[in-house]
Amino acid sequence: MKSFILFFILFSLWLLMSGHYNVLIISLGIISCAFCVYVAKRGKLIDDEGLPIFFMPRLLNYLIWLFKEILKSNLSTAKVIINGKVEPETFTVKTSQVTDVAKVTYANSITLTPGTVTTKIQKGVFEVHALNSDFGNDVRTNEMDKKVTWLEGKK
Amino acid sequence: MELILDIFTSICFFIGSLSIIIGACGLIKLPDVFSRIHAAGMIDTGGTAFFILGMIFQTGWSLITVKLILIGVFIFFTSPVTSHVTANLARQKNILPVGKKIGKML
Repeated sequence: MKSFILFFILFSLWLLMSGHYNVLIISLGIISCAFCVYVAKRGKLIDDEGLPIFFMPRLLNYLIWLFKEILKSNLSTAKVIINGKVEPETFTVKTSQVTDVAKVTYANSITLTPGTVTTKIQKGVFEVHALNSDFGNDVRTNEMDKKVTWLEGKK
Repeated sequence: MELILDIFTSICFFIGSLSIIIGACGLIKLPDVFSRIHAAGMIDTGGTAFFILGMIFQTGWSLITVKLILIGVFIFFTSPVTSHVTANLARQKNILPVGKKIGKML
């Protein structure tokens, strides 16, 4: 089942990237996508980690929220750089996600919002570096943590 | 119609270049590696996002739009990884960030 989803994703990517729609090119696309799926299946890469489709139903909602956060923190990072009020701080936060993919998503989301960077990861604990105590408080309120746990949908 | 799209593109390019300039200033101005990563992250997200948005206004609905969006998606997924690798390598080389530390460090 998951192989078919992977094949569908790969083949739609092929169609969008190529832009040529004659028999030769499309059949070459089908062959190479099928070969990729075969290799991935042989390497046992098609599991929840390689193809996290359990994210899909809530992904759009989460992405819209994330873009809003990125815009907001971009503005405040620009303000901090111009003002020069830099008081860096380092702290640890606990994570409440179950799967590794969700943890990676959470760490990536922290890093993607300017002003906070995940510097180290251990089981269930992230070490976060923030440019300012405002950015630090944003992470420490665990709002993003709750959102990612909701996105994961395993609890 | 074309004029409106051109104006939107110019606004997007203006915001994008502004955030890249501010990010570049931050790269020079901020005190240590970890703080400079924040400025680089600003270039990665704000700069590229607005530039790609501006280019999308120029192309209209075509395959090139899809390719531009894909470029954005790949940068979106890869830029936090590079930021994290830089920060993690600095921590592994025992470079400690300046400023206060809350709780114990990992």
